[in-house]
Amino acid sequence: MSNVFHMPSLGADMEAGTLIEWTKQPGEPLKKGDTIAVIETQKGAIEVEVFHDAVMGRPLIDIGEKVPVGAPMAELEPLEPDTPSARPAETRAPGKAATVAGRQGEQQTSEARPQPSTASEAAAPAPQSQAPEPTAAAERHRASPAARRLAEQRGVELTAIEGTGPGGAVTLADVKAASGQPQPAPQQKPKPNSKRTQGKPDLAAMRQAIAAAMSRSKREIPHYYLAHDIDLTSAADWLTRRNAERPPDKRLLLGVLFIKAVALTLRDFQELNGFDRDGRFEAAEAIHVGTATAIRGGGLVAPAIHDADQLHLDALMARLRDLVARVRRGGLKASELSDPTVTVSSLGERGVDRLYGVIYPPQVAIIGFGSPRTRPWVVDGDVQPRSVVTATLAADHRHSDGHRGALFLARLAARLQEPDAL
Amino acid sequence: MTTNATSPEEIRAIALEELIRIAPDLADETIPPEADLREDYDLDSMDFLNWVTALHERLGIDIPELDYPKLASLGAAADYLHRATQPHKSASRFPCSHDQYPT
Repeated sequence: MSNVFHMPSLGADMEAGTLIEWTKQPGEPLKKGDTIAVIETQKGAIEVEVFHDAVMGRPLIDIGEKVPVGAPMAELEPLEPDTPSARPAETRAPGKAATVAGRQGEQQTSEARPQPSTASEAAAPAPQSQAPEPTAAAERHRASPAARRLAEQRGVELTAIEGTGPGGAVTLADVKAASGQPQPAPQQKPKPNSKRTQGKPDLAAMRQAIAAAMSRSKREIPHYYLAHDIDLTSAADWLTRRNAERPPDKRLLLGVLFIKAVALTLRDFQELNGFDRDGRFEAAEAIHVGTATAIRGGGLVAPAIHDADQLHLDALMARLRDLVARVRRGGLKASELSDPTVTVSSLGERGVDRLYGVIYPPQVAIIGFGSPRTRPWVVDGDVQPRSVVTATLAADHRHSDGHRGALFLARLAARLQEPDAL
Repeated sequence: MTTNATSPEEIRAIALEELIRIAPDLADETIPPEADLREDYDLDSMDFLNWVTALHERLGIDIPELDYPKLASLGAAADYLHRATQPHKSASRFPCSHDQYPT
């Protein structure tokens, strides 16, 4: 029996993707983690990976075709029966043969394609879709009648919209947010992007995606905000000394110290590292730090650095370099975009003093770093010029309280006093 | 550590080429030699470090962190890099003091 590879969700703000190319041909064997296709999304050209070993089967959509999240893209054939790895993979993911990556599977389904099995979902009496195409995603899709009408008028696929109503139902506001002004150009053109434009995100579409995700965040998440000034002098001095001995390709940026310090501190603050699932908190099993990276020309993405708490600073720096380079050139992977468990946003040297983050749903916290500055600071009773950064925490008050949030920032500050231990 | 004599024009072309590799959108721009790359062309610290890394690898010269301000614009960078590639006048490792992180 063949399985089906679906258009993955790369986060709460993704509605649909356009197939740019198949990187595997029918009959080719696939290993878990192999890139199977490149899709164009609001975040640029993204490589999508298979979840388990299989054999590439029949493609179900054409190059250039734009399909909603969850739509079937290709058939996957099981490996030969005598291949030991074929069986376990199938039993582990029944009915959901392929997804972007192991870590991301659960997040994908419960976030972008609400499962009707959860309690609150079942309680929401949203009407069933009457979409002409009875795909799995369409059958499950819920929307208010007004939303359904508007979606029809504007030619927007309901299945392509992230619902924010009860149980994930699509509301009128969602359709408006998703369709923007009537007949938005980016939604309408199913053109295959040429190699030349690959990796360059459609900025109008990205703007819409950010708008949808951030509106949902501000509508649903009761943020609380904390800020803490942290003396960075010892960390900055340590970094200067360290970098002075190294060639440019071995140098570190302060931002890497921030990411590592956050990741280590999060080990003791589970309630800040995970996801909101219909109002319940689900702690993440690992610490994948989404690193907000501005895109030249506008917009941003926050690809994950996986297991950031376990990476040596040099390895972390290499990962960050690689991520930034791929944000610029294209080539981000689906798993990187879909599975951050928390976000860190650093303004760098040329920003302002403080950054108040907006949580990226379904995450529950975002840590911001303003630009480090030389400020007057009292040390042992004397005022001294010190390098100081303001760290902020925006967190979901449904799942944590200011007391713990404050402890988190205080511990973070303490960690940054001992850069050798990072 | 130094390459064979490379003309200032060649150095400038190399600096620009490596810059565009890091920020491909700059390929369409005409960048004035005195324009501040970070301020006017929005290079962040990672972009800048990647640029320095590329120049270091391509030209084989040491570019200490303290000298970063001397590469603020394409023109300044070309001058700096050209001087640094001259055998008789190689850049000292700590040519002047900057008080970025006073103690």
